[in-house]
Amino acid sequence: MKNIFITAVLFFLLASSFTSKQQPGIKASIDRGKKVYNATCLACHQADGLGVERMNPPLVKTKWVLGNKKALAKIVIDGLKGGEIEIDGDDFHNPMPPQRGQLTDQQIADVLTYVRNNFGNKASAVTVADVKAARTTTVAVAARPASKTPAKKTPVKQ
Amino acid sequence: MIRLTCFFILFGIVLSAQQAIAGDTSILARPHAAAADAVITLPAGFSFTKMIGDLGRARHIVVAANGDVFVKLDKLKNGKGIYRLHDSNGDGKPDQVTGFGNYTGTGITIKNGYLYASSNTEVFRYKINEQTGEVDQASEQKIVTGLWDKRQHESKSLTLDNEGNIYVNIGAPSNDCQVQDRVKGSPGQDPCPILDSAGGIWQFKADQLNQSYATGTRYATGLRNVVGLDWNNESNDLYVMQHGRDMLFQFYPEMYDQKAGAENPAEEMFRIKKGADCGWPYCYYDNDKKGKLLNPEYGGDRNKTGRCDEKTKSIMQFPGHLAPNGLLFYTGSAFPAKYKNGAFIAFHGSWNRSPEPQAGYYVAFVPFKDGMPSGKWEIFANGFAGSNINRAAYKPCGLAQDKDGSLYVSDDNNGTIWKISYGGKK
Repeated sequence: MKNIFITAVLFFLLASSFTSKQQPGIKASIDRGKKVYNATCLACHQADGLGVERMNPPLVKTKWVLGNKKALAKIVIDGLKGGEIEIDGDDFHNPMPPQRGQLTDQQIADVLTYVRNNFGNKASAVTVADVKAARTTTVAVAARPASKTPAKKTPVKQ
Repeated sequence: MIRLTCFFILFGIVLSAQQAIAGDTSILARPHAAAADAVITLPAGFSFTKMIGDLGRARHIVVAANGDVFVKLDKLKNGKGIYRLHDSNGDGKPDQVTGFGNYTGTGITIKNGYLYASSNTEVFRYKINEQTGEVDQASEQKIVTGLWDKRQHESKSLTLDNEGNIYVNIGAPSNDCQVQDRVKGSPGQDPCPILDSAGGIWQFKADQLNQSYATGTRYATGLRNVVGLDWNNESNDLYVMQHGRDMLFQFYPEMYDQKAGAENPAEEMFRIKKGADCGWPYCYYDNDKKGKLLNPEYGGDRNKTGRCDEKTKSIMQFPGHLAPNGLLFYTGSAFPAKYKNGAFIAFHGSWNRSPEPQAGYYVAFVPFKDGMPSGKWEIFANGFAGSNINRAAYKPCGLAQDKDGSLYVSDDNNGTIWKISYGGKK
């Protein structure tokens, strides 16, 4: 019993040190990111991050948020036309306004770190370097990470 | 050593579980509130029955003369986009639920032996036997094609007059026709090029095939997005409900505080004559200033009216962002006299009120006399949101009336259809 206890303590110590090594300064970034979220993102994605059905996608436990960081930053920088995001067969029709001229690299890194570590999400920090790389990448498909259910058009009669 | 091995196995399991979560969307928390706590309330003497649930995105609805309810879905259910609900034993629950049409969309209506339905780009019609509810699927005709679907405000709602014309809403794929849509500080385009192909109501012939912009008529313009519309047979005019613009507080906090941004602009009801220009994107109706003002993207300062003085005025205004998705003029005699020829409006509910609490999620009523509102609007059916107004259980969308005068309401959050009847004194 004692052994199990020691193992558990060891496990949590190691796990938490692992996490903090991965994400230095994450707390400060999350705090700054929350302010950016409330000012810029909350109107559409809502206070609970669950978005609006048919219109603005949820940010909770989706691969779009928890997956490739550069692809995520690219969505914020260049925006979306609407319709690109599909989650569990639902699509979302409002455009995502580009924030290229609206938010700094630091603000984008902070807000994405906040989103990836709030609303029940848990993922690594997005760094300024990630955002800088996303700003200059010309890969347009960055907004469409590999998906087992690729975005499809509304079926329309021919 | 065993302890250490156990530890690493455990650690590995935790890590791979995290990886699995990061790559999988199937565990996404559904935003739908528990529907169980939503209790629908009605005025004294009225009662409702829930006909069916779980149809998904049930948008507009229509009832045939035999009582069959037809539902247009905005997401295919078992591959079908139109559902027919047939109740053969009269117990209020459909015992035959069948689907047809492989396209998603919003609009559906019945007129003179035809069922009309829309995708987000086209309008189809089918022969229907209204006495049996049978639809001849082989009779399908495409009467309108090639309409704009640029994702935003994509619904195509339908109504017909008594002279063989069909009216189709084409919503503007834009918030306020800025150079960069929904980007703070981006100026408004003047003139707004969207208005050539959207942001209005188009008129087509009900019986001609493959019509599009070139053969249709822009019947009214300056309407940002209409989802609820209806032809009023008493006044012989078209009436529409406009969804007002978003983001006044977010873009112009110096003019609109959080509360003003939630309450403005008004959602507006228009009585439409051919050629009407209702003002979008240049103008909006300010609920606090009680008038039509210039939008800030077009030089507005919350006082200037400018060109808005010349625009068609709305005949009734409602609180901001409530999203009127259904409009129905009640022609039945089953409800008390005050409802006759009045307007029911299904408010889908807001999203652009946050961080203020959301609002809407009810069916309102406006009394009418001689084609104009004759009193204040009131909430008729409420409680659809349930206990959390920010995560509504149901979102009212479509309205229909059967020949006996009962009112039907659809919800596109879960796909529920209710029938509302009156059993009190008249």
